[in-house]
Amino acid sequence: MLHDRDRIFRNIYGLHDVSLKGAMSRGVWDGTKFFIDKGHDYIIDEVKKSGLRGRGGAGFPTGLKWSFMPKADVRPSYLVINADESEPGSCKDREILRHDAHLMIEGALLASFAMRAHTCYVYVRGEYIREREALQRAIDEAYDAKLIGKNNVHGWDFDIFVHHGAGAYICGEETAMLESLEGKKGQPRLKPPFPANVGLYGAPTTINNVESIAVAGEILRRGSAWFAALGKPNNTGTKLFQISGHVERPCVVEEEMGIPLKELIDRHCGGIRGGWDNLLAVIPGGSSVRCITAEQAEAVTMDFDALGKLGSGLGTAAVIVMDKSTDIIGAIRRIAYFYKHESCGQCTPCREGTGWMWRVLERMERGEAEKREIDLLFDVTKQVEGHTICALGDAAAWPVQGLINNFRSVIEARIDDYQAKHSRMAAE
Amino acid sequence: MGVRRLNPVQPAQFAFTPENLAWASEVIAKYPEGKQASAIIPLLWRAQEQAGGWLPEPAIRLVCDMLGMAHIRGLEVATFYTMFQLSPVGTKLHVQVCGTTPCMLRGSRDLIAVCKSRIDEHAHTLNADGTASWEEVECIGVCANAPVVQIGKDTYEDLTPEQLNKIIDGFIAGKQPKAGSQIGRVASCPVSGPTTLTDPALYDGSTIGAWKKRFEETSGAPDKANETSPASPGGAAAPKPAPVHPAALTAMANAGLVKELEERSGGKALSAGELDKIKADMIRDRAIAGAAASRSVEPELLKAPRGGKADDFTLISGITADLRDKLGAMGIWHFDQIAKWTPQNVAWFEVQFDGFMGRVTRDKWIEQAQKLASGSRPESKAGKRPKG
Repeated sequence: MLHDRDRIFRNIYGLHDVSLKGAMSRGVWDGTKFFIDKGHDYIIDEVKKSGLRGRGGAGFPTGLKWSFMPKADVRPSYLVINADESEPGSCKDREILRHDAHLMIEGALLASFAMRAHTCYVYVRGEYIREREALQRAIDEAYDAKLIGKNNVHGWDFDIFVHHGAGAYICGEETAMLESLEGKKGQPRLKPPFPANVGLYGAPTTINNVESIAVAGEILRRGSAWFAALGKPNNTGTKLFQISGHVERPCVVEEEMGIPLKELIDRHCGGIRGGWDNLLAVIPGGSSVRCITAEQAEAVTMDFDALGKLGSGLGTAAVIVMDKSTDIIGAIRRIAYFYKHESCGQCTPCREGTGWMWRVLERMERGEAEKREIDLLFDVTKQVEGHTICALGDAAAWPVQGLINNFRSVIEARIDDYQAKHSRMAAE
Repeated sequence: MGVRRLNPVQPAQFAFTPENLAWASEVIAKYPEGKQASAIIPLLWRAQEQAGGWLPEPAIRLVCDMLGMAHIRGLEVATFYTMFQLSPVGTKLHVQVCGTTPCMLRGSRDLIAVCKSRIDEHAHTLNADGTASWEEVECIGVCANAPVVQIGKDTYEDLTPEQLNKIIDGFIAGKQPKAGSQIGRVASCPVSGPTTLTDPALYDGSTIGAWKKRFEETSGAPDKANETSPASPGGAAAPKPAPVHPAALTAMANAGLVKELEERSGGKALSAGELDKIKADMIRDRAIAGAAASRSVEPELLKAPRGGKADDFTLISGITADLRDKLGAMGIWHFDQIAKWTPQNVAWFEVQFDGFMGRVTRDKWIEQAQKLASGSRPESKAGKRPKG
């Protein structure tokens, strides 16, 4: 188990002082100037060597992403922090914003300096009203202490602004976020050009998740080797896991990457409601990954590669646990509705496909379907997947594929029940 | 996405209060000159708060006028983002029940039943005296404290139907209940108390400055030894055709190789899988070709600049001072050296410089160097990038 001293988020539950003074007593803003004095490339290099992979879901190497930013450009560079946490199951950035915001602000300064950016926007989802108030308080404290702002003690002019959305999951997609930040509908842009070349206001921009940014300071302090030694190769460091659903005690907890799912749940959540025998399925990475079966869940470790091998994914490490009382078709149907609701409507396969998949699952939940429609549904998910500008189409298709791959027999039994009931009624 | 329309009944006008106007100008100042449209969501949100929880049409027009936007752009934003309520909500409370799977697994359907019985059968509909309304929303992001409702700015977490009933009573009676977990949990900590972060050493200040030790031991230069020196171009090993990392694909697309990609695809429309394969093949081919070129076609390199004076490479757009020094270390000092480069030389150079794929071509170094070698000088100090 991860030792407490290796945990980065030391006030994730808000049990301690959230103010700047409190954060500094826990080691935030300690030695920031020293690392800035070591230069842009030193920071990027350390983050690269730490093996940190983006914590927003896709797992792209953070240091590498930073290195794509141009080193000399007449345009200003921007850092945009993605705090549009909206994936069902994900609730970690919220805890950072309201309890450990100084870690993120320090990381934002370091990342911006590394990428030669002087301005950072934090895009907080609209629903997180108290959270953005808390973040603004923390930012104000940092300005007052001259840690950030013009002519600050670190010698790198840096402004950080809180921006917010208004209820659109799609704005968590990085280019949709830029559109939204520019005052438009949040519809993803075609890539290339990538944001590192043409991003916010047409200038070089890097978009990072809150957690990816917030760990940067501690990686520099403890060293890339420390971070890289935690977890597993290619899946290094610590991670905030969020466990919801049918566990005894749902929670958010920081653990080592690659921790066995069983250990995570038993140690921190008091096990599955009704014991492991009562487990039906787990969605290990937020609503957009394919679910895994109870059997797979017993053995799997929580990292990008191990979950990827099962056809699922670590995503945001939002673990949704479902016990045997769950109607799995209903659970996935609700996810399908979510994607139907959140599709931006730009690409036809997604706009039409998400609604179509949801409507078919509504019928399948009742059993009011034909068995051949299961294959048809699977075929439609394949037509949505990979045929859209952004990954929302994929995210909508995968949970349905996971359902069909793992629980086809449940759907078939439901259809049989329905047909038996209705043929009997017809006969009577 | 759903169909969202403006309310048929709208007030005649809307105006911000003086306090909100002052606040608005502060918000607009967060964004660069000419980019004030960025402020539209915060301004519309403030308008909605001022108007009693819903966004009237005159407010949308007003905000657009303040930001110099066409009205249709404001209408697009207002109808796209679902937190903008386009019709009136309850004067005392508007309950937003999260209905998404994590909350559903822990009983949000019972909460919706409470809303239906206490407020109205239908979402977005006012109750009899207009004090309350409700809707089912998509994930509020409080999943470890499910089920949850949001009322106004606050969330009410770990709910049961009975508690929701009491919360609704509280709002209707004008007494706002305590927000947060309703079973006494601290944030998203396990209900029985934290399983982590119990080491008092984290909080007694003893961690401050501990990082310095690492730098003292390694005498302040811990990483220099690992860096490969760019000064040994001749002996560089050929890069192995390793599996292509997705990052490399992005890097390549960023490096402006889209045209080459199109040629390889033969102009056909490609599926994502085919596209990735072509991209991967391209990178591998280039790496292999580049590695082969590295031994055979080394460009002219000099031990020292002719006459002890190097040309100012920063006049080439795309070459920074940092890069100039690296070029010097490789033995490249003069415009005419670069001006003579053949494609094989460029490939050689790209192998030496990890991560430089495509930059020589994209930034047209050779073309620029040819001009500079002939004596012409750009107007700007940072060099002039050739058009096209």
